[in-house]
Amino acid sequence: MPELTQSALSSKSGFGRLALLVFFLGPAVVIYAAFSVYPLIATMALASFTTDQAGAYHFAGIDNFILLLTDKDWRGPFWNALGNNVLFFIIHMLVQNPIGIAIAGLLSLPALKFRATYRTLIFMPTMLSVVIIGFAWNLILSPLWGVSEGFLKFFGLGSLFQPWLGLEGSALITIGLISVWQFVGIPLMLIYAALLNIPEELVDAARIDGLSHLRIFFHVKLPLIMPTIGLVSILTFVGNFNAFDLVYAIKGALAGPNFSTDLLGTFFYRTFFGNQLQLGSPTMGATVATAMFLIILMGVCVYLFLVQRRLERHSF
Amino acid sequence: MSRRFGPAAVHVILIAYSLIALMPILLVVMNSFKARKAIFGAPLALPSSETFSLIGYSKVLGNSNVGMFFFNSVSVTLISMASVLLFGAMAAWALAEYRFKGSTLLALFLSIGIMVPIRLGSISILHTMVSLDLINTRLALILVYTAQGLPMAIFILSEFISQIPKDLRDAARCDGVPEIAIFFQVIAPLLRPAIATVAVFTVVPIWNDLWFPLLLAPGKETQTITLGIQQFIGQYVTDWNSVLAALSVAILPVIAIYLIFSRQLIGGLTAGAVK
Repeated sequence: MPELTQSALSSKSGFGRLALLVFFLGPAVVIYAAFSVYPLIATMALASFTTDQAGAYHFAGIDNFILLLTDKDWRGPFWNALGNNVLFFIIHMLVQNPIGIAIAGLLSLPALKFRATYRTLIFMPTMLSVVIIGFAWNLILSPLWGVSEGFLKFFGLGSLFQPWLGLEGSALITIGLISVWQFVGIPLMLIYAALLNIPEELVDAARIDGLSHLRIFFHVKLPLIMPTIGLVSILTFVGNFNAFDLVYAIKGALAGPNFSTDLLGTFFYRTFFGNQLQLGSPTMGATVATAMFLIILMGVCVYLFLVQRRLERHSF
Repeated sequence: MSRRFGPAAVHVILIAYSLIALMPILLVVMNSFKARKAIFGAPLALPSSETFSLIGYSKVLGNSNVGMFFFNSVSVTLISMASVLLFGAMAAWALAEYRFKGSTLLALFLSIGIMVPIRLGSISILHTMVSLDLINTRLALILVYTAQGLPMAIFILSEFISQIPKDLRDAARCDGVPEIAIFFQVIAPLLRPAIATVAVFTVVPIWNDLWFPLLLAPGKETQTITLGIQQFIGQYVTDWNSVLAALSVAILPVIAIYLIFSRQLIGGLTAGAVK
């Protein structure tokens, strides 16, 4: 009944109406604008300035971005972090999301016992702090403790053990899998919810036609939850290209060994705060943050204009 | 292929994955109650009467300011959650209920924060907090976390408010109840079921965050539990009893709260996930 709503408001004077809107929207808009939107814009503006020896700011246009992409001291670390981040994202897409979909599929089977218990247990790691999880896995995979080695020996695979987190070739993949282990709960829950929303008549019809649970899942349910899988993918993308805590907890800001676990988040942190190897720079830090913003924006645009549109047609 | 996917096989897979999810947590908590020798000698064994030891806990609780860190985390998280819920619900109500020029634009503006991480504005946030003299205060964290949580909260609560039957508020309006009273006395109590959903999306990331405590409140007095534990472990890397106890101190309360509220939390998550 929008007319009534309208009349309830329009019966008030223009001032009373404005006061009401300010009362309801004011606090949220002010806090959000001051501590979220303004900092983002100001950071992007800062990216187009440089500082001189005296600390004064000078307008530099896109010089910082050119420096980031072409200078020999900046180019290498930036592309390294970006490349690592892409690999980090691919690991999540190939391991985390398929496992999430598979377990959600199993949990949504009709007449499954202990459903709530499984859900509670499997979601538990997602509730814990990335920092705590990072330290815990650091200990578990440490050759000093020997838990993982002993575990592999139990299955006769002791010779496979390596200090994965310490080796340049495997550290990033290991951290990626730890992150997958922790966050698999998110795609699991989102997809589980989408599966529960599928109209029962559709599934029943397929069952009467004699399709197995497995075929119903792949031919009936999976196409219907494609929009949710698209949403999960973009959430994974934004989360991954913004990741920092796990690498920082396990490897520190230097993202060793030899920067092999450096992500854009840790690169941003080092650029802004500095470290043993270089001085921190707010303007270059802002440049890296802006580059991250543009990468995330590109991902969101691809999702909104390509993925989501195409998927919406299949949804019901 | 068999017509039915064997129910036993389903349980085997789910039990196996539940173990994968739980084992690392159990391993840490279990060994935190053991003496150093048993931690290394038999890491997979439960603590027994011979190996039981609380030495790690006595060091953690005696040596660091765990109590203060907890208080900081609890107060920052609770106040942030309260302001996200209050201001978020008020804004969601105005956006869902009143039509005014620019309401669509304002809704769009408020939803940017769902996709763009607030972390990217950290440099400017730090400058702002320095100029407001809020560095090393809990208020700095509360303001940032409120700004971070609002977009998602407004999104979820708008969906929820639009499902509340219109008759309720219209009846109240006919009785001449003022608009502000309609929100606080009629609508706000009905929002209770949505609190769990908002809580999952705001409280958990705030409690677990390392970035902003590191940036805005690294001082001893204002450290949150996540940052405090991170720094404590950094100092005692080789003291396994203390490290394992510190990790357990951070894990156990979260798990206890999670188990108490898991039904609502997961219910909230699946409800909020619709769409």
